[in-house]
Amino acid sequence: MTATVTNIVVAGLGGQGVLKASDVLSDALLRAGHDVKKSEVHGMAQRGGSVRSDVRYGPEVFSPMVSPGEADYLVALDSSQVDVCRHLLRQGGIVIAPDAIEAAALPNRRSLNVALTGALSVHLDLPAELWTAALHANFRQDLWAANEQAFRLGRLSQNGSAKHAST
Amino acid sequence: MSATERILLNGDEAIALGCLHAGVALGTGYPGTPSTEILESFSKMGGRAQWSPNEKVAFEVAIGVAYAGARALVTMKHVGLNVAADPLFTVAYTGVSGALLIVSADDPGMASSQNEQDNRHYAEAAGVPMLEPSNSQEAYDFVFAAIEISERWQTPVLLRVTTRVCHSKTVVRPRSVQVQPPAPHFVRDIPGRVMIPAYARPAHGRLRQKLAEIQAWNETSDLNRVLPGDPALGIITSGVSYAHVREAAPKASVLKLGLTYPLPLRRVAEFARGVVRCVVIDEGDPWLVDALRAAGIRVEGKPDMYRFGELNVPRVRRILEGDVSPESKPPPGKPPQLCDACQYRVVFDTLRRHNCIVAGDIGCYTLGVLPPFEAMDSCVCMGASIGVGLGLRHVLPPDEARRVVSVIGDSTFVHSGISGLVEMVYNPPPGGHVLIILDNSTTAMTGHQEHPGTGRTLDHEPTNKLVIEDLASALGVRRVHVVEPRVGSEDFERMLLECLASGELCVLIARRPCILIAKRLKELEQRHIAPKSPPASTGVAAEATCCSSAVPAGAGADRLESGI
Repeated sequence: MTATVTNIVVAGLGGQGVLKASDVLSDALLRAGHDVKKSEVHGMAQRGGSVRSDVRYGPEVFSPMVSPGEADYLVALDSSQVDVCRHLLRQGGIVIAPDAIEAAALPNRRSLNVALTGALSVHLDLPAELWTAALHANFRQDLWAANEQAFRLGRLSQNGSAKHAST
Repeated sequence: MSATERILLNGDEAIALGCLHAGVALGTGYPGTPSTEILESFSKMGGRAQWSPNEKVAFEVAIGVAYAGARALVTMKHVGLNVAADPLFTVAYTGVSGALLIVSADDPGMASSQNEQDNRHYAEAAGVPMLEPSNSQEAYDFVFAAIEISERWQTPVLLRVTTRVCHSKTVVRPRSVQVQPPAPHFVRDIPGRVMIPAYARPAHGRLRQKLAEIQAWNETSDLNRVLPGDPALGIITSGVSYAHVREAAPKASVLKLGLTYPLPLRRVAEFARGVVRCVVIDEGDPWLVDALRAAGIRVEGKPDMYRFGELNVPRVRRILEGDVSPESKPPPGKPPQLCDACQYRVVFDTLRRHNCIVAGDIGCYTLGVLPPFEAMDSCVCMGASIGVGLGLRHVLPPDEARRVVSVIGDSTFVHSGISGLVEMVYNPPPGGHVLIILDNSTTAMTGHQEHPGTGRTLDHEPTNKLVIEDLASALGVRRVHVVEPRVGSEDFERMLLECLASGELCVLIARRPCILIAKRLKELEQRHIAPKSPPASTGVAAEATCCSSAVPAGAGADRLESGI
C-alpha cells in the first residue's frame, strides 16, 4: 500500500518558509485530486531551530508522518538539514538541496523555499496550471510575480539533471 | 460550501470550521501550542473568539455562555487544563444548557511543552465524555457529535486532540448545511447550578446517571467503528494512532474508538473475543489498556518504553512485534534559540555575568537556559517563577538569597503571575525580592497573540489595557522600574544591580517590543491611535521610576517607535 504513496520531506530552519513551501506543495497535490496529508511541528521549533514538514500523497494516505527510510524526496532549504534528515530517505531517494539554486538569480532572498518547490515540481507529475493556482492561493497578489519567477528558476535548475540520486 | 468540496485543513482549523458551522456563539481560551490556531482560525472565519488572561477564566466564561443556553467553545493546551481543572470538575456536576465543548490539545513527545501529560485521565477523573478524532475530517465531524452529546445529556464534552492531529493537514469535506443554534436565554435553576454540599450531592448522582446512559448509547454509536480484517490480529486504538495502525498492520482487524469515555465496554469485549490476539495501541499513558483490563477484557498493551514520546508507523510495528531493542536515535537537529536581535539576550547576559539564581517561567525567554547564557535555574509551569523565587529567597543563606531573581514574560505574568506578586507583597522575604517582567508586548512563543497587557483583543482591535507597572504599584510594590534593554546600553544592568542591592521588593519591567513583530505593532498602534481608543492609562504610578531610555506606559504609538 505504501508503494502507491509518495513521501516528501521539506526541511530547513525556523523562518525560512518550510511550512509555506509544504503548503504550496500540498495545495497543488490536492488540486490534482490526490489524498494528501501534511504534518509539521510548530512552536518552539520556530525560533531558528530545525523545522520539518512531511507531505504524503496518493490514492489513500494513513499516517501523516514520513517514516525513516521511506522518503522519496528531501527538499532542504538549508544545507545543514540534509544530514539531519538523510535517514528519512529511501534507497535511491532524491535530495533537492539549496545549492541547486543560484542565489543571486532569486528575485528575493526569501523566495528560496518557492524556488526549491519549483525544483521538486520537475520530479512530480502535476500540470503546470495547478502549481500556479497553488502559488496564487498561498501568496498575496503583489507577491505572485516574484514567486512565479522563483518557481520557474527552480524548475530550470533541474534541467537535464532529471533525477540525481544521492543516497 | 458544497458538500463535495475538498479542503485541506489542519485539525485546529477543522475544529474551528466545525464550530462555525455548528453555531458556536463564543470561543474562549489562552494560547498554547498546539491549540492556538483554533481560536485564531475561528475568528478569521467569522466566529466570535477572545483570549482570556488564562485557561481558568476562559473556561468560566465558556460555562456562562453554556448556562445561558448558547454553544460555547473553550480551547487550551494540555497543561492549560490543569489551570482550568477547578471549574472542570464542578461543571461536570452542574451540567450545562447550551453545549460546552472543551478542547484539550495534548503534546505527546513535547514538541513545545514542559511535560507530556495525557489528558484522557481528566475525562475519567472529572466524569466528562471524551471524543478523540484521528484526523481533520473527524476533528470537524466530532465537533457536531460533541455538541449533540453535550446538549442531549446537558454535560460538558472534552474533545481531546494531540499535536499530530492539530498540526497535520488532511482533507475535509465540510457539511453543506449550517446549523441554527438555540437562542440564549436565562433559566433559573438554583439547585442545579449552585454547588453547595446539599445541592452537589444529588448533582454527583445525576452525573453518574448521565455517564451510565452515555455509555449505553456509546455501545451502538457510529463514533466507534470496526474495520474487519484477519482475525489473527485485532487492534483497539483511538486518535492519530489509528492512522499509524492502518499503515503498520494493513491486514489486521481494527476497532477504532471515537468516544473513548465512557467506553463501550460490551462492544470492545465482543471485538476482543472475535480475534486471536488483541493488542491495544495507545499513545502516551496506558490509559485505554488499563481501562479495558480493569473491565476484565483480555488485551495486550505496549512495552513501557513506548509510553514515552509520540507513536508513529515504525513504533507501532515494533509494538506489534514485541520489539524492545533500543530505538535508533535520529541525528539531532538545530535547537531553537533566542533570536539574534532579541532584547532578552541583554537580560540573560546580564543575569549570567552577575551569577544570579534565576527562577524562570514559560515563554520564548525560557531559551535563556541554553548556551551561551545558561541563565535559568528553574522552569516549572506558567507563573511559577515568582513563587519559586520567593521560596528560594525565604530559606537560602543571605549570600545566595540576595542573588535570586524571578523572570517572567508579560503574557505569562497576566496569566498567573499576578497572584504570585500578591504573595510577594503579602509574605516578603527578609532580604526583599526582584521580579523581572520581560514585556515584549505580545505572547511571542505561541505566535504573537494579544493579551490584556497589549490593550488589543484577539483580532487586534483596541480594548482596555492592563498597565503592569500601575498594577504592581497598586499592589503595594514601592520599587517599580521600567527599563528598555538594548545592546550597548547599561540601563538594564544598572537598574538590576540597584534592585538587587536594595533589599526591598522590586518589580523591574524590561520593556521592548518583540523584534519579530515590531513593525506590525507599530502599524497597529498607529491605526488605533485615533478616536475609538478606550480610556488610556495615565502614565506611571506615583512611586514608579523610569530610566532615561525607558518608555513610560500609556505613551501611545510613540512608545513603540523607540528601539526599532
